[in-house]
Amino acid sequence: MSPSKRYHALTIDEQKCIGCTHCMKVCPTEAIRVSNGLAEIREDRCVDCGHCMRACPVKAIYVEQDDLKKIQTFKYRVVLFPAVMIGQFPEKYTEDQIYAALLKIGFTHVFEVEQPIGILKSSIKDYCRKSPANRPHISTFCPAIVRLIQIRYPSLTENLIRRKAPHDLGAHFAISELKKQGAKDEEIGLFYVTPCNAKISSVKSPVGEKESIVDGIINMNDLYNRVMKAIDTKEAPDTSSQRQNLTRDGILWSLTRGEARHFGERSMAIDGIHNVIRFLERLENEEVPDIDFLELRACDQSCAGGIMMTGNRFLTVERLEHRARRYAPAWKLQNTPAIKASKELKQKLIADQIISKPAFSLDPDRERALEKMNRAQRIICFLPGIDCGACGAPNCQALAEDMVSGNAKMSDCVFLQQMWENEGKISTSKAFRNVEKKWGELRFQADCNKRGKRNEGF
Amino acid sequence: MNLEFNIEGGNFSRAGHASSEVKKMLKQLGIDARCIKSIVIALYEGEVNVVAHAYEGRILVKMEPHKITTEIMDKGPGIADIELAMQEGYSTASKAVREMGFGAGMGLANMKKNTDELTIESTVGEGTTVKMVNYF
Ligand SMILES: Nc1ncnc2c1ncn2[C@@H]1O[C@H](COP(=O)(O)OP(=O)(O)O)[C@@H](O)[C@H]1O
Ligand code: SF4
Ligand code: SF4
Ligand SMILES: [Mg+2]
Repeated sequence: MSPSKRYHALTIDEQKCIGCTHCMKVCPTEAIRVSNGLAEIREDRCVDCGHCMRACPVKAIYVEQDDLKKIQTFKYRVVLFPAVMIGQFPEKYTEDQIYAALLKIGFTHVFEVEQPIGILKSSIKDYCRKSPANRPHISTFCPAIVRLIQIRYPSLTENLIRRKAPHDLGAHFAISELKKQGAKDEEIGLFYVTPCNAKISSVKSPVGEKESIVDGIINMNDLYNRVMKAIDTKEAPDTSSQRQNLTRDGILWSLTRGEARHFGERSMAIDGIHNVIRFLERLENEEVPDIDFLELRACDQSCAGGIMMTGNRFLTVERLEHRARRYAPAWKLQNTPAIKASKELKQKLIADQIISKPAFSLDPDRERALEKMNRAQRIICFLPGIDCGACGAPNCQALAEDMVSGNAKMSDCVFLQQMWENEGKISTSKAFRNVEKKWGELRFQADCNKRGKRNEGF
Repeated sequence: MNLEFNIEGGNFSRAGHASSEVKKMLKQLGIDARCIKSIVIALYEGEVNVVAHAYEGRILVKMEPHKITTEIMDKGPGIADIELAMQEGYSTASKAVREMGFGAGMGLANMKKNTDELTIESTVGEGTTVKMVNYF
């Protein structure tokens, strides 16, 4: 798939965006620029980490999702969700009540994706054992991290484990279970509930897989609200049979150390994309000791901190840890029918090799790239180094790089313009028109109702 | 395209600064990932050697369309027997340095392995100059 066709879940609402540069400043890959007073995301640089959404004070960055009505076209309507979803509900709601609410919303079957996790675990173990040369093995659990490695740490793509994620496990497992009950392929509709936009992109345009297995995506915050509306605190039916293959290990899988605790003699778990970046820089330089397994997650507290999670991430972790204690560890489930019949499922968890997609080169032609780098270096001498963002680029260096790529001009720097005015090189009205072009007309007029007047949320 | 960095002897927290900067630029040039890796590993080892064994140093990087030349010049004790120093496992690193996770005696051997040309000139009591060339 060409990078431009890659599915991205994030959209910027031009009606809401106030061009405040908050998103641009937090993006770990410098994928955002502001022009005409609106933020724009550069597709080839975006890793879907969701940091920009978190930082937006007016919620102008949103995630598209599938219409829930789509489920009605299927006879078997399966909701697949990561166990982390349970953790965000207040403790007073039981698992049974949450499951019952999901059925009330219109699903016929409820599956937490991390079951039977033992199959994925042993598949990953097999891979690690058979590919000792690619150590440290890096988990492909978090799609934002996979993408980050593809575009920014291409030499590390070989270290990515060629196994799929729990949502694939859950999907294949659900299909095989339903088929046992007589369901036909076309009658089964699988709907995956996502904690983040990264998982959406990876489900819609999977990396290392041919096509997506899921029929639709539902945002977790949206479903949370629906469940809260439908939930009944009075007694709920016993739905435990749908959790027969859920284990302690499965419930903890998407939390920090959820994977790392299982693999290798020396393993590490790092959460938060900026922490991960600092670590990958070192790993790439071979400045780290001999590590077997790396669990890397874009969100602080891993999926408990997913951008579409409701509720406090630490409380979510606490509830899940508490919940996990009531479930048996995965190794105790070795003789269940599901595990015994897991050969086929295991085969389905094997993914293709992940290829790199470096997104930071200045030009496909090396001589030209070097020439551009030289020019950027010279331009930097003229920029003030304040990294203010008023040019619409995240920092002076990025502006210089945009300039040599033909996407920005010297006059975008407001301080340079000031200096030129002072030196009589540019008229005040021309300079003012330049800033208006960048930030929108009327932006600088007194108006108590204009967009961006208040930064709600700060 | 030329770059220059300074290295402070004894300051391990800054070691790796030059190699990270150079890495960023090589990525911008679109150099093959494996090739970048070799260059960065060699340069990092060179940086660490100045930090661990010398008093102060300077790095000059010259990037050309098909090769990169790095020169690491330091003021320091120098190396009396370069051939011996090149041997894997040979190290005069102090206990303190080894406790910080450096000084396994693999640095110079790794530099040799990861560069196309490596020349070392050294005068005992004055300093050392390491020159590395990688083609791409
Ligand atoms: N820049 C330098 N100045 C002085 N001595 C050096 C320098 N670089 C290397 N050496 C000497 O060569 C030895 C081997 O270097 P190296 O292979 O990098 O191993 P290590 O740094 O782990 O000791 C060092 O222990 C030191 O005695
Ligand atoms: S999702 Fe992450 S990488 Fe993409 S634009 Fe937002 S902050 Fe940048
Ligand atoms: S840590 Fe979890 S929630 Fe966050 S981006 Fe990765 S997969 Fe999504
Ligand atoms: Mg050394």
